[in-house]
Amino acid sequence: MPDTQVWVWRGDASGGDFMPYRVEADEGMVVLDVVHRIQAEKAPDLAVRWNCKAGKCGSCSAEVNGHPKLMCMTRMNEFAPDEHITISPVKTFPVIKDLVTDVSFNYEKAKTIPPFKPKPRDPDGKRRMYQEDVERVQEFHKCIECFLCQDVCHVIRDHEENKESFSGPRFFVRLAALEMHPLDANERIDLIRAKHGLGFCNITKCCTEVCPEDIHITDNAIIPLKERVVSAHYDPIAWALRRMRGKKDEFAPPEPKPPSA
Amino acid sequence: MADVERHDYDVVVIGAGGAGLRAAIEADARGAKTAIVCKSLLGKAHTVMAEGGIAAALGNVWPEDNWKVHFRDTMRGGKLLNNWRMAQLHAQEAPDRVLELEEWGALFDRTKDGLILQRDFGGHRYARLAHVGDRTGLEMIRTLQDAAVAKGIDVFMECTLRHLLTDGERVTGAMGYWRQSGKLIAFGAKAVVLATGGVGKAWRVTSNSWEYTGDGIAMALEAGADLIDMEMTQFHPTGMVWPPSVRGLLVTEGVRGDGGTLRNKSGDRFMFKYIPAFFRAETADTEKEADAWYEDKKNNRRTPDLLPRDEVARAINSEVKAGRGTEHGGVFLDIATRRSADYIKRRLPSMYHQFKELADVDITKQQMEIGPTLHYIMGGIRVDPDTEAATVPGLYAAGEVAAGMHGANRLGGNSLSDLLVFGRRAGEAAAEYSKRARAPTVDDAQVSAYAQRMEAPFEKGGDENPYKIHSELQDTMQELVGIIRRRDELEEALARLERFRARAARASVTGSRVYNPGWHLALDLENLIGVSEAVTRSALIREESRGGHTRDDFPKTDPEWGTKNVVTRKRDGRLNITTEPIPKVPAELSALLGEDKPTGDAATGARTPVAAGDD
Ligand SMILES: Cc1cc2nc3c(=O)[nH]c(=O)nc-3n(C[C@H](O)[C@H](O)[C@H](O)COP(=O)(O)OP(=O)(O)OC[C@H]3O[C@@H](n4cnc5c(N)ncnc54)[C@H](O)[C@@H]3O)c2cc1C
Ligand code: SF4
Ligand code: SF4
Ligand code: FES
Repeated sequence: MPDTQVWVWRGDASGGDFMPYRVEADEGMVVLDVVHRIQAEKAPDLAVRWNCKAGKCGSCSAEVNGHPKLMCMTRMNEFAPDEHITISPVKTFPVIKDLVTDVSFNYEKAKTIPPFKPKPRDPDGKRRMYQEDVERVQEFHKCIECFLCQDVCHVIRDHEENKESFSGPRFFVRLAALEMHPLDANERIDLIRAKHGLGFCNITKCCTEVCPEDIHITDNAIIPLKERVVSAHYDPIAWALRRMRGKKDEFAPPEPKPPSA
Repeated sequence: MADVERHDYDVVVIGAGGAGLRAAIEADARGAKTAIVCKSLLGKAHTVMAEGGIAAALGNVWPEDNWKVHFRDTMRGGKLLNNWRMAQLHAQEAPDRVLELEEWGALFDRTKDGLILQRDFGGHRYARLAHVGDRTGLEMIRTLQDAAVAKGIDVFMECTLRHLLTDGERVTGAMGYWRQSGKLIAFGAKAVVLATGGVGKAWRVTSNSWEYTGDGIAMALEAGADLIDMEMTQFHPTGMVWPPSVRGLLVTEGVRGDGGTLRNKSGDRFMFKYIPAFFRAETADTEKEADAWYEDKKNNRRTPDLLPRDEVARAINSEVKAGRGTEHGGVFLDIATRRSADYIKRRLPSMYHQFKELADVDITKQQMEIGPTLHYIMGGIRVDPDTEAATVPGLYAAGEVAAGMHGANRLGGNSLSDLLVFGRRAGEAAAEYSKRARAPTVDDAQVSAYAQRMEAPFEKGGDENPYKIHSELQDTMQELVGIIRRRDELEEALARLERFRARAARASVTGSRVYNPGWHLALDLENLIGVSEAVTRSALIREESRGGHTRDDFPKTDPEWGTKNVVTRKRDGRLNITTEPIPKVPAELSALLGEDKPTGDAATGARTPVAAGDD
């Protein structure tokens, strides 16, 4: 097998640079294999996160040639033989070392989301939901928390100052999953607007494009959420309809005033 | 005294997989001040990778199913070496634990009537596995993770604990380092729950991740706790074999549960040749009956493709040894010719994706190439069945790190349910214990001594590459303590382990303390080698073949050995291996199991496979 050369960003919070490494290539290799081989043979302290090596855990996110990718699902044969390949840490989060970044932003945001709260059971004590009703939400539950969508979203990628008031596409997916859950009875609509910054999103769809789980983040999560926020706040008719249909009456926010009387 | 960050809790749960999270939620609910500590980020534990499902006799698909049948399947699948009480509690409580996940927001696939759908898996009499396509573990871990976060339980992520603290009588806490900063950290705790999972990274071909270095098992051993059944390792029959980069990656048993079949290179469905006597009465012996079973379980017996994992893995091994394997040393798993492309993509989306992306194989059109991969360890920390208390006061263990529940072989789907049932019980017992226990006194001298040990690799300036030692260890365990074992090979393995230990003491570490995987591995090696030794010594003692332990030189399943646990203890720095009787199954439960016992020869591949199948 021929050798393969990649440029890996090495450094820490104080700075760093791309370093070239040449290792032997194997059939079927993915970028993460190359990184591991560099670790084993050339740079034992090279920092990288991984777990499943099969696109299931969302640990190995990085930028390969500037594109947000899971390293374990990016095949080396996607690149031309003489292509200049760079591997760098995701940009939206502060670097700790080499390919590892501080993603605590996401875990802090997760704490601010009002949890699932189930409706009462059916009279016989069971819970019934039909496949067609759960499927929509199951799409959101596929999220592996790779945070690649967070990495690519321009609202926070180049704007540290927005992080305070914007939770990012991962959490819009999470909020949509809770809001559309057939059994959920908690109320978050006010919060989605006020605290999670849904209004900042201008539907560029970049997040959807990078999602390794093919979740239609914008079309299926963000846009329906925006509609709910709008109808809850400005549209008394939609609001009343929602009440009549009976999804979360008891927990509804205070009756909004029409925009102009 | 070394610079060590200090914390105090009632209960420290080490591990944030299904077992750890469930334990922490329970301990917290019972009022204990609780911390969760994990090596990776929250949500990335092995549990996230589980594919096929979680076994619970809900009876949604087959109303005939109930805990007694589940108990029977579990015990027989474990070749009757299981702790009966654990198997009973598990079968009885699993349905409630699954329904509780639904209460916390999990969305399982549904039956037509809107209930939780259940799928077929190996060794289970009825379709019993609640699932979400082939990403059940993700659903489970996220549900538990969100529940734990919502309760505000403190989580210490990317924090590796390396030693238990003790005062000579009981556990007083645990100590380790932050992976991100490299700084040391110690917890004082009234009770510690170990939920650290297994040790798969000691083998070359494995479905396990870097986390599985046997830390919990090693820590418990060091603290004086008993281990049992360490020779019982599970080789899952279907791991990927090609290309080399994905070797060992799991292919869920759900493929066979949903209709896939195994074939050798001539296209024969060879599993019909390997039906052991112990399972003959319940296994189809013609292709026609096997195929009809998927639809009609009343009038047909189960396909031999879904015999328990140990049987299938040995059969594949024998086919390959007999020269009937594929080009890359596996056999074929075919679902393409048996189910529609739509069905396959709907039921097995991540398998479809995994093969397409990583092996250029379209499983709706082509056969998969698969072979055995080290997947799970049935052995581990000995626990009290009701409370999951280890043999050292203040120490509890649940999940893959604990032993007893699965006996000599675990059935698919029984791990996820095990995590919930015994995670909850461990959390409860640890919290209750912490209410009674006096505050622990952390021994500063012990903390300093451990601090020194963890820092040593930076100071010693060794000359051995830790990655190289690890790689050689994996080859050794794969070749000499693999699916088929033999005295001389096991002895050779022990000799090599000694050499690895000496070399690991000279592991060289470069770079800073900040996120330094080379340093982490240098420390992990001690656990990997120590636990490998326990496996190898236990394998040497058990002179029979049973479940996950197959001896070429003792191919018979020996009823006498069926009454014994192999027990491992560490005393004065050395492993001490003995046997002890397993608790006897009470008469009313024993009646559920049937009269027959596993006997006869296991297929080791040394004899002709047809005869070897006569188990
Ligand atoms: C690919 C795959 C598919 C599977 N599919 C199924 C299935 O369909 N059904 C089924 O029932 N079972 C399945 N299993 C088995 C099952 O997933 C595992 O046995 C189970 O998830 C183990 O759970 P656990 O809670 O014991 O440990 P894990 O989920 O592995 O969690 C261990 C935790 O301990 C932490 N930890 C470890 N060491 C330390 C340390 N030193 N310090 C701090 N923290 C530490 C880790 O960070 C992690 O958080 C599968 C396993 C694999 C690998
Ligand atoms: S669609 Fe919205 S959330 Fe997604 S990347 Fe664009 S701005 Fe960000
Ligand atoms: S939504 Fe997609 S891209 Fe975003 S974190 Fe989840 S899996 Fe990753
Ligand atoms: S290692 Fe799990 S997604 Fe890449």
